[in-house]
Amino acid sequence: MKATVYVTIKQNVLDPQGSAVQGALHTMGFEEVGKVRVGKYLEFELDTTDRSEAEARLTAMCEKLLANTVIEDYRFELEG
Amino acid sequence: MKFAVIVFPGSNCDIDCYKAVEDAIGQKVDYVWHTATDLSDYDCILVPGGFSYGDYLRCGAIARFAPVMNEVVKAAAAGKYVLGICNGFQILTEAGLLPGALLRNNGMKFRCHNTQLEVVNNNTAFTNQYAAGEIINIPIAHGEGNYYCDDATLAELKANNQIVFRYAAGTNPNGSLENIAGVSNKQGNVVGMMPHPERAIDQLLGSEDGKRMFTSILNAWREQHGAAINS
Repeated sequence: MKATVYVTIKQNVLDPQGSAVQGALHTMGFEEVGKVRVGKYLEFELDTTDRSEAEARLTAMCEKLLANTVIEDYRFELEG
Repeated sequence: MKFAVIVFPGSNCDIDCYKAVEDAIGQKVDYVWHTATDLSDYDCILVPGGFSYGDYLRCGAIARFAPVMNEVVKAAAAGKYVLGICNGFQILTEAGLLPGALLRNNGMKFRCHNTQLEVVNNNTAFTNQYAAGEIINIPIAHGEGNYYCDDATLAELKANNQIVFRYAAGTNPNGSLENIAGVSNKQGNVVGMMPHPERAIDQLLGSEDGKRMFTSILNAWREQHGAAINS
């Protein structure tokens, strides 16, 4: 099974990287750009066929290591 | 009194911490590798700065699962003194030993210069040799030192007097919440800070204001143990 995990800074926490990217895009003439959030994208190969078990295990991975839930949100998708 | 300086792959302030203990207070100090599983010999654990595990994923995120961290958690629970400096502070927040988290500096720059720090709480094992409100000169060197916590946590920090250091008004280098530069746990035996007191123990290095953090720790330990002056 393939999993993709997305980790982003929480909406109510300032994302300095996102702000810098937004500023650069504005400078380049992309005025239509609103709020930008920079995050992480992770791909996993999971050795399981049990979808609900995979979800539970991925949630544990996100809570323990992949995201710092003080400042970050996470979500994931499963394929296969 | 015996100090441990934890060394992770990528630590780079471990020697500074070791020398600071030797030079400032002349106490016993050992380097302890991240795979160690026993810290029972030590009275104070220093978690030094650097880029543990390359800062991969998030600063401190991987280091906090190193074997030695279980022992640091135990030492903290036993009331021993634990001081995390810079990357060490990030590791202690990731480990849940200290509240909050460190975000990327608001200016996106790695800031490396001296700062004026206000000693907010001088009633800790780490700051008892300073005056309350005293301004001290301590260097910083970090890219992710922008302290953040939610409103409820901030209220709790204030209620329990857990804000130990702030950057002096108007000099906040990284956008940290309420100019916070260092915090303690509720019990006061664990402190984390972004500035580097171990780099400020001699006037030749630009400041010796960090020296009193080490004399504070020794002083607190002696008071706690009723120890003789030279032990």
